[in-house]
Amino acid sequence: MLDLRGVAYAYPDGHQALFGVDLHVHPGERVALLGPNGAGKTTLVLHLNGILAAGAGSVTVSGLPVRKENLLEIRRRVGVVFQDPDDQLFMPSVRDDVAFGPANLGLAPEVIEARVESALRAVGMLDFAARPPHHLSFGQRRRVAVATVLAMEPEILVLDEPSSNLDPASRRELAEILDGLDVTVLMVTHDLPYALQLCERAVILSDGRIVADGPTAAILTDAELMARHRLELPFGFDPRTVGGLTAGP
Amino acid sequence: MGAGHGHTVHFHGHSVLHRLPAHAKLAALVAFVLIVVATPRTAVWAFGTYAVLLLLVARASRVPARYLGKRLLIEIPFVVFALLMPVVSTGPRVDIGPLSLSEPGLWAAWGLLAKGTIGVGASVLLGATTEPRDIIRALEKARLPRQLVQIAAFMFRYLEVVVGELTRMRIARESRGFRARSVRAWPALAATLGALFIRSYERGERVHLAMLSRGYAGRLPLGDDLTSSRADWVRALALPGAAAICAVVAWMGVGG
Repeated sequence: MLDLRGVAYAYPDGHQALFGVDLHVHPGERVALLGPNGAGKTTLVLHLNGILAAGAGSVTVSGLPVRKENLLEIRRRVGVVFQDPDDQLFMPSVRDDVAFGPANLGLAPEVIEARVESALRAVGMLDFAARPPHHLSFGQRRRVAVATVLAMEPEILVLDEPSSNLDPASRRELAEILDGLDVTVLMVTHDLPYALQLCERAVILSDGRIVADGPTAAILTDAELMARHRLELPFGFDPRTVGGLTAGP
Repeated sequence: MGAGHGHTVHFHGHSVLHRLPAHAKLAALVAFVLIVVATPRTAVWAFGTYAVLLLLVARASRVPARYLGKRLLIEIPFVVFALLMPVVSTGPRVDIGPLSLSEPGLWAAWGLLAKGTIGVGASVLLGATTEPRDIIRALEKARLPRQLVQIAAFMFRYLEVVVGELTRMRIARESRGFRARSVRAWPALAATLGALFIRSYERGERVHLAMLSRGYAGRLPLGDDLTSSRADWVRALALPGAAAICAVVAWMGVGG
């Protein structure tokens, strides 16, 4: 579904962020993209919907190459939820904001209305449709940000740090919402327990390269690999004793 | 979050005024303010009539007088300016108590105060009875340039974010013992403003990226479901209509 081949990118100031990234995501998969700060994760995300154009290599989404003439269709297929909901939610009401994407796709008003309703229902925010986004709590804004992308019925949902700044209850609620969605997910995160909970597969991006790709549990338990790429589990968290992956001694 | 929304102008309600379509109210406001401004300031009775008309409309809105009064305070800088005018203006002077005041200055101050207060009052009333979102849609319906409408929409959305950022920066500054007491504090304040500008600019870029990611192509879909009936327009134009009659009489009085 999502296919990156040899994607390389250097910023206009000469700083090279990606050095030939190969990544293949299959339909229905949930993949965690892990990596230390400055590894190039956000740069990679911006390539997925054509905000940045690869200096070398190619990105294709369900067979459609990311190119200027395909951008609107690419942006429908790839829904990006940015880290700061205040960046994403800019319309005067929640309903308007969720309708923004579908309206840009040129859908009929009845269709837009139906999409808005189902997207807000999916994240449990239907009762807040008439509210201005800045009157919502941070967790609610994050959920509405997810809805704004769901309303475009994307084939792949890309989430940049979905659990950041959420209190534990909001974090769990969002996990339940994401778990209930029938969509391919690529999740950029530093929250390794979250990655383990939601994604069966994980890849590590380090210094602009994919350096590991495998089952999340296997990656998180490879202490040597983790240490080499500045990844650390939170204090007291042991992936081997979570969710009956392996029963303790 | 969830902090007080006390600074917002809108007052939730279901009065006749609340139910009128936003674009009709906006047209009525613009017409009313233009009429008030065009009235000769020597026709003191006319301004009294305008004030009474406005008070009647305010009563019909069922927005508490205290609520409106508080939001009228935005006029204070103009009031100060108006109070200074008779003192600093030239021309023939009149003695009032110990003060020797300029007569043209007094008239100018009166004109500014009367027209300003009535104009601000009417605007506050529009704000109190109309959702901000509807005001923006009304501006769009009035065919204001799209860019201006979008800027207004963004200002409404992000004002709170920027003020929040400024507050956090102030708290962070003060937590490190900073106190803005003298001119020596100015460099720190200037640096704060500079940082705020850069942050807001960068946020603007990120918002733009997020918009592009959802297929933005230059237009904000705010919906075009603002509809109005003839009865709505009759109601909305009652205030400027009455004011117009008053203004015509005032002009004839000045001419004759």
